[in-house]
Order: sequence, then C-alpha cells, then structure tokens
Amino acid sequence: MEGWDVNTKSTVAKIPLLTTRAGPRDGELWTQRRKEEFMALIKYMEMNKAKDSDWFRIAPNADGTKWKGKCWYVHNLLKYEFDLQFDIPVTYPATAPELELPELDGKTAKMYRGGKICLTIHFKPLWAKNCPRFGIAHALCLGLGPWLAAEVPHLVDTGVIQHKEKQSQSSSGP
Amino acid sequence: MSAEVVDSNPYSRLMALKRMGIVNNYEEIRSFSVAIVGIGGVGSVAAEMLTRCGIGRLLLYDYDTVELANMNRLFFRPEQAGMTKTDAAVQTLVGINPDVDLESYTINITTVDGFKTFIESLTRDNKRKRNTGGSKSGVDLVLSCVDNYEARMVVNQACNELGQTWMESGVSEDAVSGHIQLLIPGETACFACAPPLVVASGVDERTLKREGVCAASLPTTMGIVAGLLVQNSLKYLLQFGQVSKYLGYSALKDFFPTMELRPNPQCANLACRQRQGEYEAAKPARDLAARAKADADAAEAALASKVPVHDENEWNISLVDDDEGVAPLGVVAGQQGSAGYLPEGLLRELPDAEVFDESARTEEAFVKPEGDLDDLQKQLEALNAF
Ligand SMILES: [Zn+2]
Repeated sequence: MEGWDVNTKSTVAKIPLLTTRAGPRDGELWTQRRKEEFMALIKYMEMNKAKDSDWFRIAPNADGTKWKGKCWYVHNLLKYEFDLQFDIPVTYPATAPELELPELDGKTAKMYRGGKICLTIHFKPLWAKNCPRFGIAHALCLGLGPWLAAEVPHLVDTGVIQHKEKQSQSSSGP
Repeated sequence: MSAEVVDSNPYSRLMALKRMGIVNNYEEIRSFSVAIVGIGGVGSVAAEMLTRCGIGRLLLYDYDTVELANMNRLFFRPEQAGMTKTDAAVQTLVGINPDVDLESYTINITTVDGFKTFIESLTRDNKRKRNTGGSKSGVDLVLSCVDNYEARMVVNQACNELGQTWMESGVSEDAVSGHIQLLIPGETACFACAPPLVVASGVDERTLKREGVCAASLPTTMGIVAGLLVQNSLKYLLQFGQVSKYLGYSALKDFFPTMELRPNPQCANLACRQRQGEYEAAKPARDLAARAKADADAAEAALASKVPVHDENEWNISLVDDDEGVAPLGVVAGQQGSAGYLPEGLLRELPDAEVFDESARTEEAFVKPEGDLDDLQKQLEALNAF
C-alpha cells in the first residue's frame, strides 16, 4: 500500500471487508450489499468517535443509490466543513463511487468538473485489487480523508477558502 | 446521396471514394446511427468528422458544460462557454450538415437514472434500424470518448447487455499517448475481461510530476485519436480495409502498437459471459457462412482467373478464421493474471482483482451479514446524530 500515511493504513485495515459483489441494479443482492455497507460504515464511525477523530456524516436515499452528508477537517484549530455527496455507479463495486464536494467545485486543480475529487494514482489500483471487498467506508478512508488532509491546508493558506465564523466554536457534529 | 461532381455537392469528394474503388457502398453511410458518449476533446471532433461524412444519425451524450479551459482543444468556441456540451455540439453540427439527425442527451450515464435513459435511447426503435444480427440495440455503433475508467465500465455494461459492438478511445492524462479499441461482446475481450491496456508514454513515471493537476491535454493528441477512431468506425460500418482491434499511439516515439484481445471466460461481468456463450453456440453457423463465402470467392476467382488476385484480399480480415491456425502475434487472452505476453509499449492500467488470502481471514476481517436493513440504517443515523 504505497502512497498512504501509516495512520490511514492502520485505520483502513480495521474496517471490516465486504463480500457481496452487487450494485444498484442487482435487486436482492443489492439489499445484501447495502447491509454490508452499513455495517462497515457503522464500525468505521464508531472507531473514529472512539479515537476522537470523527470527521464525516453520511446517509443514503431510500434505494441506496445517492448518498449525502458532511465532512470536515481541522486546520490550525479551526474546523472547515463541506457538503459531501456521491452516487453509487451502476457498475459498483467494480468501480468506486466518485466523491463530490460541490462547494469546492472550480476552486482547486485537484478536482474534476462537478466537484469530484481527484484521487491519487494509487487509489484506483488498490480499489481494483480489493474488489468487491472494499466499500464506501474504505473509499472515504483512503480517498476523501487523505484528500482533505492535503488540500484543505493548501486552500486555506492560499486564501481560496475562509473559515466560517459559525463553525469556529463547534467541536464535533454538523 | 448524390455522386455528381459539382461545387455545390457536399458529398462529391466522399462519393469519389466509390469511383476510386476504395469503398463500394459509400452512400450507405446515410443509413447508420452512431452513439457518441462523451463530447469532449475526442468525442466532439469525432462527431464533427461523422457529420461531415454524412452519417445518418448521431446520438450525443455528456453532462458537462463548455469551459474556457477547454479552448486548447478543437471544436468548441469561446462564445459557447457555459452551454452544455451536447447543446453546443448540436448548434455547431446542424450548421455544418443539416442532413444529419442529431439527438442529444445531457445525462451522466454512470448513475442509475442516467443509465436507464442511456439504454432506452440506444434501444429506441428507429426507421433506419438495420439488421444488427440479434442485437437489441437501435444503433450501429457506440463510440466511447469519455475520460475515465468509471464511465468506460458503464458503456461496457450497456453494450454487453445489448450485444452492441462499440469502440473505446482514450488519451492519457499526460496527453502524450492514446489508443482505440474495438469491442464486440462475446467475440473480443470486453472492457472488464482484463485490466485496461494503455500505451506507455515513454516518460519515466518517477519523473512525471502529477502534483497540483489532474490532467493535461493537447489538441494534437486528441485530434489524432479522434481521427483514428472515426477511421476505424468508417471501415467497420462500410466494410472496407482492415478494422483494428487495438491501436495504440505514443506521441513521444511515434509508435503505434497493435494487438488483439480474446474474451476472458472468467470475466466478472455476467452479460459478457452470456455473450461469450452465445458466440460459442453460433460457431457452426459462422463456419457454414465462412465456407459459403470461401466457395463464392473461389468461384469468383475462377471466373476472373486471368486477373491476378486482388490486392485487397490480403488485407481482408474476414478471410482469416481465427478459430484455426496459429494465433496472430500480439493476441492476448483477457484472462486473470496479466503476466501474459503484452506487445512492447503496452501496459495494464490497473491490477487484477486479488483473490483474498483465506489464511488471513479472521473473525473481524469481514462484516457478518445479519440484521435488518432498516435497523442498520437507523444505527448509522444514530451515529450521524451526535
Ligand atoms: Zn468480459
């Protein structure tokens, strides 16, 4: 697992793996896969909260194809929070969900049109190797977490994003 | 389509291909429907080329808008910034050739809803619909001109389900290599049969600086790939010359690797395996047709015995039965374990899925699928709430 820091590597190793190879067009198997996704996400969020490193909220629509939530990153003791959304592609889990931070669309070069974050050259190969065992929780841990850690300080330091006053007191939760 | 050679006939130079004996049936171009997915640096140019060639009908798919940052590429103009790429493309293409039927779909095909619209538009009945040999599709060819793996996998899924022949195209993120690939469900490797093949740029990966940008692009590389793609499409549709199965382009070395890819019987894509089964089942009929054609050709050759064998024959791949004889150089079975031979200059873009090491399986390693979906969702919501 070249390309990730030690902390991310040890965290992702603790997120339980999934077994059902199914996407949104696969009926009953998709229900099964969604259960596995929920269980992996629940475990990951519990781990984060236990380590006091809670950093996202996420929930799906009724059929599990559209997910919305928030994610945040603390830089110089200030919390920067962003809307997070993604669709589950019809070819999931052969292809990973493309994570979107719509508020940052057009503000950084490390982003494709529509606010989709630009992942490192290491992400897709690792996802491919671990198909169908990786799920949404793994994508957040290996994709979005490191992206925020790399981009938010840069965006703040270059003045592209400013801290919102109302976020300054909150410690956790949206 | 008039073949009259007058200044006012936009097709006269195309119909001249018939007079020269290059293409026997050029006017049939008016009967073909082509779907182009991704109207970016490659797709927009491919659409313009097909429009100028007098294609019957074009279906255009993209969800993006034209940006000034796209102006280093061909086709779109600065005053179109802010328009959807599909609308801007229709605006320009109608002006170039009003004979072409244009349909535009501003959708993201990777989403569940977008995919549904994609399939519906491809299968919609159409008066031009030709005999597509059992395919459920209403188009003759799908061209994938998207810039990412996810969307290619979706085009692959749709074409596997419909039994629709398609061509894939790609330009590397460093803008100095590209490729086109022909995919016939069941007959050739599908896009999921093996990790995608790309042309090595010749740049040392360690010296390639990716920090700070997602992708570079050049109008030259994109125009060349669009040209290769549409050239292969014309040959496929009008049945002339040799249709390339895979053609790569390395801009730094001016190197064009070619190869063929056989389907993977263990492909993870169910529709691919179904098409492979159908292709296998149709082998006797195919052999019969090949024999009939060989007999007819022999009879024709006997009639024209005084004339030497036509040069075209040696290039006509339909005479080569790939089920017999030695596999041509560069044939790669799209199978697990990509250690198989690859021609020089080509490499796999992604690794194979790894089989999980069962000896490493522990109680905690996998989720235990139990409980009710709604209960689990409530548990997640509870964690979201504080
Ligand atoms: Zn396949």
